[in-house]
Amino acid sequence: MKPAPFDYARPKTVAEATALLAQAGASAAVIAGGQSLIPMLNLRMAQPDLLVDVGGLEELKATGETTQGLHIGALTTHSDIEDGKLPDLFGGLMQRVASGISYRAIRNYGTIGGSVALADPAADWPVCLMALGAEVRIASCSGQRSEPVGDFARGQYTTSLAKDEIILGFDLKRPDATLRWGSCKVVRKSGAFASSMAIAVERGGGAAAVALAGAASRACLLPSVAKHAGSAASSDDVLRAAIAQDLAALVPEADGYSRRLHASTVMRAVREMRSR
Amino acid sequence: MSSVTLSVNGAKLICDIEPRESLADVLRERLRLTAIHLGCEQGACGACTVLVDGKMTRSCLRLAVMCDGQSVQTLEGFPDDRIMQVLRRHFHQCHALQCGFCTPGMLVTARDILLRLPRPEAQAVRHALSGQICRCTGYANIITAIVAAGRELGGA
Repeated sequence: MKPAPFDYARPKTVAEATALLAQAGASAAVIAGGQSLIPMLNLRMAQPDLLVDVGGLEELKATGETTQGLHIGALTTHSDIEDGKLPDLFGGLMQRVASGISYRAIRNYGTIGGSVALADPAADWPVCLMALGAEVRIASCSGQRSEPVGDFARGQYTTSLAKDEIILGFDLKRPDATLRWGSCKVVRKSGAFASSMAIAVERGGGAAAVALAGAASRACLLPSVAKHAGSAASSDDVLRAAIAQDLAALVPEADGYSRRLHASTVMRAVREMRSR
Repeated sequence: MSSVTLSVNGAKLICDIEPRESLADVLRERLRLTAIHLGCEQGACGACTVLVDGKMTRSCLRLAVMCDGQSVQTLEGFPDDRIMQVLRRHFHQCHALQCGFCTPGMLVTARDILLRLPRPEAQAVRHALSGQICRCTGYANIITAIVAAGRELGGA
């Protein structure tokens, strides 16, 4: 239960961090809060030669309202969001999500950037940010790029990050006044990763986004459900058929229990959204 | 080896450590702070819970090298803390421990709960304590002790 030896670097700027990663071999790892990586080091599931600690990078802490909406620095902790330290543009959705992550001792140091970079298929932030249509802002030696959070995760623990890239933060568009949301998370035990987690967001005009985690190898949007979720005219039967259609496309191999579980979390999230 | 400066329970210390050493190992093995109990070393049991810069964390999930310049408070570091004194008395009176292995983490977490949720009900304590594992008591007396301490401390 002790990590294998590694070297440790704590760069002071993003340029220094990306340069270190570019020079390092393939087995360098970026550490922020360490709340997922350190257990993996202790279990020796991860054995990097070099840890690059981005915890001191001020550029990753910058958070605040922008002309477009909100920028959230990658080093923002789950507790910061739970405690309402961010401008709340989304009617309390992010606070609800943050307070449901693991335990307070973990939330105090675990970061939103780390959660998205790890790309656990059942994690809370990828599914939430996807439903909100967020973009991830990424820095490398050669500059910056942005990408929708939905495209960033390529599969289980796999992302589009190149060797010399780190996440700077997330950009979210300001919603109009009529934002409504619902969320539902089922866990075997409080603090565990979700067995199923669904988030539904409607940004006015009936246009909804519904995202599901814990089902496929990464969080995914449910296009058929989204089409019907925002319309009060769609009955429960119509919604159930749309959920079944999306699940059949997303996880055709799912057993009966999983299908019912995911259908329930999606239905509850949509109902909560409609009740607001 | 890396040299780190830590403030531990108010005392400034400089330690030469390997980067792979957890804060828990440095506190227990190098500094002999034996209230640090290592149960799982993967963040699941909560027995090694401490405060780093005032924020509750698992010391097995921090590398000591990441804590350079930070202040660390272990259970040994609360001699005059009013909340901890009241909690200790109620843990004693309610028989909230048996073998005692989980107790340091329970007390540090209980103090954090009472700071964030004044006068909590049993259900709220149960939920907030669900990251701390006890294999003896069945939790009932621990919950009772924390609720009683919360009532005694009131809104303070």
